[in-house]
Amino acid sequence: MLTALVVLPVAVAALLMCVPRTAPRAVFPAVWIAAAAVELLITVMVWAGYRAEGGMQYEARARWIPSAGIGYHVGVDGLSLPLVALTCVLFLACALYATRQRRRVREFAALFLFLQTTCVGLFVALDLILFFLFFDLSIVGMYAVIAGWGQRGAARSALQFFLYTFVGSLALLLGFLGLYLAADPHTFDVTELTAANPLAERPGQGALVLSALALGLAVKTPTVPFHTWLPPAHTDAPAAGSAILAGVLLKMGTYGFLRIVLPVLPAAWREYAVVFVVVGVVSVVYGALVALAQSDFKRMIAYTSVTHMGYIVLALGAAGAVSVGSADAVRLAVDGAVFQMVSHGLLTGALFLLAGVLHERGRTYDMDAYSGLAARAPVFAALTGVAAFASLGLPGFSGFIAEFQILAGSLGPRPVATGVAVLGLLLTAGLFLRALQSVLMGPPRLPAGAPGATRPFRDIGGREALAIVPLLVLGVVLGLTPRFVLDVVEPASRGVLELLAR
Amino acid sequence: MTGSHPDPLDLLPEVLLAASAVLGLLLGAWLPRHRQWLIGVLAAAACAAGIVAAAVSAAGPEGTAFRGAFALDPVTATARIVVLGATLLVLVLTRSVLRGHAREAECYVLLQLAATGALALAGAQDLLLLAAGYLLAGVPGYALAGFLKDGPGTEAALKYYVVGAFLGVLLPTGVVLLLAAGGTTAYAELGTGLAGAPPALVAVGALAVLAGILFKAGGVPGHFWVPDVVQGSAVPVAAFLATVPKIGALAAAYRLAVVVSAGTEVPWTALIAVSAAASMTLGNLAAFFQRDVTRLLAYSTVSQVGYLLVPVAAVGESALARPALLYYLAAYAVTNIGAFAVVCALPGSRDLEDYRGLARRVPVLAGSLAVCLLGLVGTPPTAVFLAKLEMLGAALDGGLLWAAVVAAVNTVLSLFYYLRWIVPAFTGPPAEGPRHVSGSSTAVAAGAAVASVLLGVLGGPVLAWTSPAG
Repeated sequence: MLTALVVLPVAVAALLMCVPRTAPRAVFPAVWIAAAAVELLITVMVWAGYRAEGGMQYEARARWIPSAGIGYHVGVDGLSLPLVALTCVLFLACALYATRQRRRVREFAALFLFLQTTCVGLFVALDLILFFLFFDLSIVGMYAVIAGWGQRGAARSALQFFLYTFVGSLALLLGFLGLYLAADPHTFDVTELTAANPLAERPGQGALVLSALALGLAVKTPTVPFHTWLPPAHTDAPAAGSAILAGVLLKMGTYGFLRIVLPVLPAAWREYAVVFVVVGVVSVVYGALVALAQSDFKRMIAYTSVTHMGYIVLALGAAGAVSVGSADAVRLAVDGAVFQMVSHGLLTGALFLLAGVLHERGRTYDMDAYSGLAARAPVFAALTGVAAFASLGLPGFSGFIAEFQILAGSLGPRPVATGVAVLGLLLTAGLFLRALQSVLMGPPRLPAGAPGATRPFRDIGGREALAIVPLLVLGVVLGLTPRFVLDVVEPASRGVLELLAR
Repeated sequence: MTGSHPDPLDLLPEVLLAASAVLGLLLGAWLPRHRQWLIGVLAAAACAAGIVAAAVSAAGPEGTAFRGAFALDPVTATARIVVLGATLLVLVLTRSVLRGHAREAECYVLLQLAATGALALAGAQDLLLLAAGYLLAGVPGYALAGFLKDGPGTEAALKYYVVGAFLGVLLPTGVVLLLAAGGTTAYAELGTGLAGAPPALVAVGALAVLAGILFKAGGVPGHFWVPDVVQGSAVPVAAFLATVPKIGALAAAYRLAVVVSAGTEVPWTALIAVSAAASMTLGNLAAFFQRDVTRLLAYSTVSQVGYLLVPVAAVGESALARPALLYYLAAYAVTNIGAFAVVCALPGSRDLEDYRGLARRVPVLAGSLAVCLLGLVGTPPTAVFLAKLEMLGAALDGGLLWAAVVAAVNTVLSLFYYLRWIVPAFTGPPAEGPRHVSGSSTAVAAGAAVASVLLGVLGGPVLAWTSPAG
C-alpha cells in the first residue's frame, strides 16, 4: 500500500510526459488533480487502518542491494503518518492552486508529481539509502521547479539552493556511511540500526557521525547559520513551489532528526543536546528579528519559517535532557515538535499560496506598495488574517497547540533557553500584525503601473479558495480538536524517547 | 591455483579481439571504401562474442593462465565485460562519425588493438605482461589520437606520445627494480620476495611502475595529456581514450596494490590516497571554467580517476575495496561514454553555448545529457551514486576519513561545472547553429543513460558477485 503511495505519482508523471504536448491544455491539470486526490484518498485509508499503539505498520521489505546492506524497506508510524498526510494535502492544494499555470503545464504537473513521490517516499523510507535517494531527488526536483518556473534571478537562487542542500546531503551521506560501518553486520536499515545502537560504546565516532548528520539535516531544516539559501529560494520560486518547499521539504530535516538521529545515536544526542538547544533558540530569535526587518511579504514568511523550525530544534534539543528526569515534560516537547511540523506545513503553505495571489494581482511582494486591500478584497484579507493569526500561535489554531507543547515541555529541562525562545513568539506576533496592518488596513492603494492598478484588485477566485481554505480549515480543526493527531503522535514520540534514554 | 597449464580458451575474449583486429586489417586492404563498415561490424561482433565468453568464464572457477601471468578472477572478468562493452559503444559512435573515411578500417583495427592492450593490463599478474600490456594499450592510442591528421589531432598525438614515452620508460625501470628486489616478476611470488628486500628499492620500483599506470589511468601526476588529447582527437576516439585504457590501468593498479600493500613497508595507502585527492581536486578545479565541452569532460575524467583511486588506496584495509572499484569502473564507463555520445550526436557543437535550449530541440539528447552528467556527480539512483557510496564506504572502512571528506567536497565542486552544462540545455531559447543530429550516437547516449540508471537500481547482483567470498 505504501509502495503504491510512493510509486503512483511518478508513474502518472511518466504517463503525462508521454502525452503529446499538443493535447488539450485542460488534460494535464485534470490528471494532476486526480492523481493528487487519489494519493490523499490512499493516505486516508492508511490512516483509517492505522492502530495508534501498533508501532511501525504497513511495512514492506524487498531485497535490493543486499551485498551493500541496502534494502527497500518502508513503513509508517506515528511520526511519519501525519507528515505523509500533510504532504498529500499540500500537494493536492498546490495542484488545485496551479490550475492557472499557463507556461509548460505538462512539465509542471509531471515535476510536482515527481516531487510528491520523493516527499512521500522520504517519510516512509526505513532504509538510509532509500531515505537519501528521496532526499537527493527532492533537491533535484525542487531545483527544476525554481529554475524553470521562478521569477527573474531564479536560476541563481535555484543554484544556491541546490549547492547548499547538496553539500548538506553529502555530509548526511558520510554520516550514514559512518552508521553503516559501525553496525555489525553492516546495514543501512533504520530499524536494525535503531535496535543495534551501534555507536553507544564509541563516543568519539558517535560525535563525528552526529556532526555529519546534524550538518546535513540542519542545512535542510534550515537552522541558523545554514539558512541563507532559504529566503532567495522562496522569493524566486513560484507560489506552489514555495508552498511545497516550506510545507514539506523543510520537514525532511526535522523528520530526519526524529527518525534517524535521536533513535540511532542516543548517547551522542544526549551528550551534545545543548548545542541543538542553542541553535534552536538562536534560530527562533534571529529568524524573527530578520523577518521583522523585511518589507517583502514572501521573504518575511520565509524567515518566519526559520523561527518555526527553530522551535522544533529546541524541542528536540530539550529532549536530550531526558535522562535528567522530567520525562513527561520532555515528551510533551517532542509531541509538540511533530505537531509543529504538521501545523507549520499547513499554515505556511497557505501563506505562500496567498503570497502568490498577492503577486499575481500586483506583480510585487513589496508590502509598502499595498495598502487597504481589505476594502478591495475582503475574502483575501480574511484568509490572510486567519493564516497570519494562526501562524503567530493564537489559541484555537494548530500553531498554538504546537508551540504551547514545545515551550511547556522545554521549560523544565531548559528554562533559560525556553525563556528566550518565548521572545520569538512576541516578535512573530508583532511582525505579522505589522504586515497585516500595512497591507490590509489604511487607505486603498495598489502598486503603480502594475496590471492590477488600473482595474480593481480581484478577490480570491473559486479555485484559489478551493486550494487555500481547506489548509486553513485543517489548521483550525487541528487547533480545536488536536486529539486525533496527537493520539497517533504520542505513542511514537514516547517510543523515540525510550530509545533516546538507552 | 588451478589451470596453470596453457589453455587458449582461457583467453578467449582477448584472442577473439586480436584475431578480429588482424582479420580486419587484412580485409581493409581489399574491401572498397564504401564497404569498410563491415570491419566495424566484425569488430562489434568480436566484442559481443567476447562479452559472452567473459561472462561464461566468469561463472567458472577462479584461476590463472599462462603460468600465473594472467589472472582469471572477478577483476579480470569485470574489466573484460566493461572494456568490451565500452569498445562496442565506441565502435557505434565511430561509425556515425567516420563513415566513408579513407582510413575507416584502420580506426576499427586500432581501437581493437588498444582494447586488447587494456585487457592485458587488467589481467596481468606478472610485471612483464604488465609492461607489454602498457605498450599494446599505448601505441595504438597514439595513432588514434592523431587519426584525423589535423592540427589539434597531431598536437594531441604528439603530447600523448611524449608523456607516454617518458612514463613508459619509468615503467620498465620499475619492473627491473622490483625484479631485482623480489627476484621474480610474477605477482604470486613477488609478495613474499619483496618482504625481505630493501624498502627503498621496493619503494622506488613500485613508484616507477605506478607512474606508468597512472599515465594510462590519467591520474595525477600522469594526467597532463588528458585535456589536450581529449580535445584534439575525434570525439569517439576521445571517448575511447578517456575510458577504456583507464579501466585496464585501474585494474592493474588494484593488482599491484594487493602485492605491494601485503608484503612491503611501502606507504602504499597514503601514496595512492594523495594521488587520488590530487586527481579529483585538480580535475575539478581545472574543469570549472572550461567552455569547450570536450575539455570539460576531459578534466571531469581526471577527477573521476581520483574517486576510482580511493578504493585502490584502501586495498588491504577494507573488504569493500574490490567491489567498490569494480562497480565504479562499470558505472564510470557507461556514464562517461554516454556523456561523450551526446557530444558525438551534435557534430560541431563544442561550446557550452551550443547546448543552450537543447531540451526544446532534441529532448532525448538533453535528457540523456542530464542523466549522464548528474550520474557523474553521483546523484541517486544512477550507477555512479552507488559506486561513490561504496567508494566512500571503502575509504571510511579503510581509515581514510580525510579522503572520504575530500571526495565528498569534490563532489560538490564538480556539481558546479556539470550544472553549467545542464542548466542552459534546459532553459533558455535554442541556440543558433547547425542542426544536424546523429541518430546512432543519440541512441548510444540514450542507451547509456538508461543503462546507467538500471545499473544503479539493479546494482545488487553486480556487487554481490564482485565482493570477495565470505
